Amino acid sequence: MAERATPLYRDTPRLLLLALAGLIMLMPYIWMVAASMKPLDEIFRASLTLLPERFHAIENYGKVFARIPVGLYLWNGLVVCGGILFFQLLFAVPAGYALAKLRFPGKEFVFGAVMLGLLVPPHVQALPLYVAFSQMGLLNSYTALIAPFTISVFAIFLFRQFFKSLPDDLIHAARLDGFSEMAIVWRVVLPNAWPAATAFSIFSVVAHWNDLFWPLIVVNGQDYATPALGVMYFRSAEAGDDFGALMAAAVIMTAPLVIAFLLAQRRFVEGIATTGLKG
Amino acid sequence: MSDAALTQALPRPARLALGETATAWLLSAPAIIAYLLMLLLPTLATIALAFTDFELGATGFAWIGLDNFAEMLSDRGFMTSLRNTIIYVGLVTPGSIAGALALALLIEAGTRGRTFFRAVFFLPVVSLTVAMAAAWQYLLHPSIGPLNAMLRVAGLGAPEWLSSSSTVLLSLAAIGIWENLGFNLVLFLAGLTAIPRELYAAAEVDGARHAWQRFRLVTWPMLGPTTLFVLTITMIRAVRVFDTVAVLTQGGPNKASQVLLYTMYEEGFTYFRLGYSAAITLVFLAIVLAMMWLQTKVLDKRVHYG
Amino acid sequence: MAGIRIQSVTKRFGSTQVLRGVSLDVAAGEFVALVGPSGCGKTTLMRIVAGIEQADGGAIDIGGRDVTRLRPGDRDVAMVFQSYALYPHLTVAENIRVPLALRRLNAWQRLPAIGGLLPGAADANHLMEQDVRRAAEALGLRALLDRRPAQLSGGQRQRVALARAIVRRPKAFLMDEPLSNLDASLRVQTRREIVDIHRQSGAATLYVTHDQSEALTMADRVAVMQGGELLQVATPEAIYADPQDLRVATFIGSPRINTLPAETGADGMVRVAGHPVGLWGARPGPLTLAIRPEDLVPAGTGLPAVAEAVEFLGESLLLHARHEATRTKLVLRLPPEARAELPAPGAAFHLQFDTTRALLFGPEGRRVGVSALSGEAAFV
Repeated sequence: MAERATPLYRDTPRLLLLALAGLIMLMPYIWMVAASMKPLDEIFRASLTLLPERFHAIENYGKVFARIPVGLYLWNGLVVCGGILFFQLLFAVPAGYALAKLRFPGKEFVFGAVMLGLLVPPHVQALPLYVAFSQMGLLNSYTALIAPFTISVFAIFLFRQFFKSLPDDLIHAARLDGFSEMAIVWRVVLPNAWPAATAFSIFSVVAHWNDLFWPLIVVNGQDYATPALGVMYFRSAEAGDDFGALMAAAVIMTAPLVIAFLLAQRRFVEGIATTGLKG
Repeated sequence: MSDAALTQALPRPARLALGETATAWLLSAPAIIAYLLMLLLPTLATIALAFTDFELGATGFAWIGLDNFAEMLSDRGFMTSLRNTIIYVGLVTPGSIAGALALALLIEAGTRGRTFFRAVFFLPVVSLTVAMAAAWQYLLHPSIGPLNAMLRVAGLGAPEWLSSSSTVLLSLAAIGIWENLGFNLVLFLAGLTAIPRELYAAAEVDGARHAWQRFRLVTWPMLGPTTLFVLTITMIRAVRVFDTVAVLTQGGPNKASQVLLYTMYEEGFTYFRLGYSAAITLVFLAIVLAMMWLQTKVLDKRVHYG
Repeated sequence: MAGIRIQSVTKRFGSTQVLRGVSLDVAAGEFVALVGPSGCGKTTLMRIVAGIEQADGGAIDIGGRDVTRLRPGDRDVAMVFQSYALYPHLTVAENIRVPLALRRLNAWQRLPAIGGLLPGAADANHLMEQDVRRAAEALGLRALLDRRPAQLSGGQRQRVALARAIVRRPKAFLMDEPLSNLDASLRVQTRREIVDIHRQSGAATLYVTHDQSEALTMADRVAVMQGGELLQVATPEAIYADPQDLRVATFIGSPRINTLPAETGADGMVRVAGHPVGLWGARPGPLTLAIRPEDLVPAGTGLPAVAEAVEFLGESLLLHARHEATRTKLVLRLPPEARAELPAPGAAFHLQFDTTRALLFGPEGRRVGVSALSGEAAFV
């Protein structure tokens, strides 16, 4: 079975199949990067050569930076993802602790509400939230982008599951040592829940960095556009059929998360797998 | 029981004057408030809205009972949208599950290249969907797209992919499979590594000579819970399709790629018919709930061997 | 007498040599226990016999047939795994049926529902049902046939694993620590049953365990393994009373055999710290003198020792002592009545032993010949 070291020649068909499938998977990336370095006339010739005859990367990428505030979009993405994650952890960790380790009347009810919340996709709340934000004049603001996601029932659920597996004696010992309950949550329980916290953080950032639905609803104009919106604006308004520049913009906006993924590949995969399996 | 007794017995110098109940509610308070404001109230409001003719900018609204739902039945646009969503889910779910399972088995069958290929297939999951949609748009472009360039070299036709109503849904589904495959693959890999090696050894000793026999006897039944979970989550992710439609087709051509969430978005935020949009949202919610119900009540019993 | 024949099997994992040329025969109808500390290579050897693992060198014959290159399913062996390895989605009856179905039915006949309608399938299914029933009955599983493994106790699961092994009457049984997941009382009870099953089957049984009492109680012959090689293969009695290697002597027996550094002088007398013990060595040099705890007795004269503690075990008691001159710890197993006359902790006393039962080992740990003083001088 897998333990046996198969000789390379017997492993070759498997590796060839995987390589073929991998190549198909990577097709959009390959052509995206290739086109981002080609001048427009080469792209329109639709030749199958990947390497550009005339290296046009500087022009294409330069065009993107000249026409749209790339830095601002990336910064907005960072603020939004960071803000969402900060509040999600701030709210969910203590609640998860209370549900996992404290006994109080109404606990079943609260947990039931959490489970119920897990069933409802975030799109369902979009209409009333939009009306509310527009009434309060909060459209086009970080608040509108962040607030709806500050509560993550999934995070509460995940942390509760993880905290439950921590030994009660750990908390008893902390109380004997004189920690307050707040201190127990942040200084005893959370440091012991790093796997869950990283897993959830990766899950959350990936979800909100890539989200288009909600930013599209509450933001128009440049000032609060996230990377997803940025690509969309660039594509529809400014680039038209300028695929070289469009691909360059796509590369720029995709790069941060992809680079983070390549650097911490195992954490990403495990994070998504564990959060995925528990969700 | 025992830990309750233990907690009682322990002296607690740091015990808050408030007591455990108050502490618990205090710790949960921020979450509860956010839950009420951002989740429960808006959800209830959506349900309420669905029974009104509320429009943004209009001065008032009226309760109109089930009129919104009745309108859906006669709304050709909505029915197309519903049908398209079902077709899309019907294509993406089996496609991305079968592909992910096959690739997971291939990866797991040897030791070489595991991390590398896992990373390759997972890449779309962490890539900005909007940006990748733009890449797909170029790849599938009828005249300058590399895919059609290849097809022309091979002497095959040059379909219009995203701009013809006969192929647009198929193209979107292909992109959907591409997007979801890596996620499912990672879940399958986790499921596969959890299968005890001794079961494969036992199957071999019992006379399972071919890989297919071992798959039928060990892998497939042991993957049951994983497969069920992957099935549900893929369906739910597929029903939520929005980004690719919003970027690539805006529901066109001729409504051939209208899907539920995009229709809901258009009705609500382009035409500001919030009541009708809320009703569509409820249909969407009902479909998602039905899928979860299917998982827990119907299928779960058949894959957990307790 | 064709059973299992293992010929100079070698195996290495990376840089570790796990098996260093192991040869062992198990005759048809014979029960051989392979015993050794964990990591000694015994499980690897068994997996190589089963075909789950490939040997680097050597050959395996089963039933007179060279099976070295055959797949596990073609070797006519059945194996009972430590974890039982039952298929969790199948019922007890289906679990027992798997090895039959995989051999007797072709791919079409195995298809659910329609498979049973194909020619030949009905007869084959009928025969299989009979065989499953017979195996289940032999292990008292009749009432459990429709349960799933998760609904069974550990002992019941273990029986299902045994039933799955016996159902197709293989030439050889391989058992990999089948009792180690059971609780103590069940373990002792199941020993007997496994031996009975083995007797009825007439197959060659190779039984891997780290528990020497299992090996001694169950096996016709015991093979002691350590560091990837077989130290000795012999009957349980011979392994206990006549070990050929110091490692065998110390591994088998509980409490551990007493060992004292000794020396053969120029005069041929064996001495422990200058004290002659009534044995004669073949040639001068250092030795190890080994004596089982039950062969040592307190006495008025003999080896001087200091008593340390007494442990009462019920049917016997253990006196822990120390041989001061060599700083060696010693254990004596005595009848419980001896308690009244035992030296108090800290008190000095003397030890004697039956020289005919003393064992001498050379510096490399191999057994060396002993000649004891004859007659009444047998006790020193």
